[in-house]
Amino acid sequence: MIKFPIIRVITKLLIPYILLFAFYVQFHGDYGPGGGFQAGVIFASALILYGLVFGLDAIKRVAPPIVIEKLMAIGVLVYAGTGFATMMLGGNFLDYDVLEHSFNHKYLPGGQHLGIFLVEVGVGITVTSVMTMIFYAFASRSRFV
Amino acid sequence: MNWVVFAILALLALTAVTVARLRQLWAAVMFTGIYSFLSASWMMILDAPDVAFTEAAVGAGISTVLMLSTLALTGEQEQPTKRSPIVPLLVVLVTGGALIYGTLDMPHYGDPNAVVHQHPDPSFVERSLDDMHGLPNVVTALLASYRGYDTLGETTVVLTAGIAVLLILRRDEMERPAIANRAKRRRRKANA
Repeated sequence: MIKFPIIRVITKLLIPYILLFAFYVQFHGDYGPGGGFQAGVIFASALILYGLVFGLDAIKRVAPPIVIEKLMAIGVLVYAGTGFATMMLGGNFLDYDVLEHSFNHKYLPGGQHLGIFLVEVGVGITVTSVMTMIFYAFASRSRFV
Repeated sequence: MNWVVFAILALLALTAVTVARLRQLWAAVMFTGIYSFLSASWMMILDAPDVAFTEAAVGAGISTVLMLSTLALTGEQEQPTKRSPIVPLLVVLVTGGALIYGTLDMPHYGDPNAVVHQHPDPSFVERSLDDMHGLPNVVTALLASYRGYDTLGETTVVLTAGIAVLLILRRDEMERPAIANRAKRRRRKANA
């Protein structure tokens, strides 16, 4: 944990914007540059920055390892589950076109847009949690943090 | 624009040589972070902001932190090598020469007649706006839809890498408070 007040204050100011940028990259990835992998590493870097400045115990209260390690697999499950959902609806594996008329159009995007969205969410969850978990594995062995 | 490319590439080469020559590992890690930032800037010039994001976040951010925490576990000084550097130098020269010879067959940067721009006809760039019902980002459409299987595989690779790191580095009693508590409770119950 770092005692310098300037670093602590600036970090607290920066982290919300880093998280917001990660969400922007995630959910605007269909329109602008970005996507699940980029958003995942940006989100994880915000968590790791918090851990570096405020200590391993503080970050483990925010993102408990027991939750993060489940999320690692849940992301891949969301991705593969999208594929199986399209199979259930009568298409091929990951054939998003069958999602077009299956859901309420008023609230959800249809077809390719919905498929790409779900898949990118899965990628984002897995990448965020894997990066955070690797940081935990390294940091809890050293006295660096 | 040309001189910016040359300046960044020259700085990249300089940084690489500096990293190779440094014996202070702490400084070398900092230089790899600088190298990543320079490559991120260069990828921005090549119009690849996705890759630049990733390079800046992973290369300059996360991997620098992981390298530093590794240094905290090992040591900050590289041990001087005792063997002669001639054989490694020869291997590097031959490999580098082979790689440069390989690039001679590659199409020029931005060549419209290159094979990758000819093969799927009409190309994904022309097809995707219609196929995706108006999603404008061709890169995302390629990654998540046309090449959905590949990206599923890549995500699984990330998961596998994470599991491997956990298997090697994790300390059970520190990482798994829930299981430790459960074991403690069971022991208490057995005692009572």
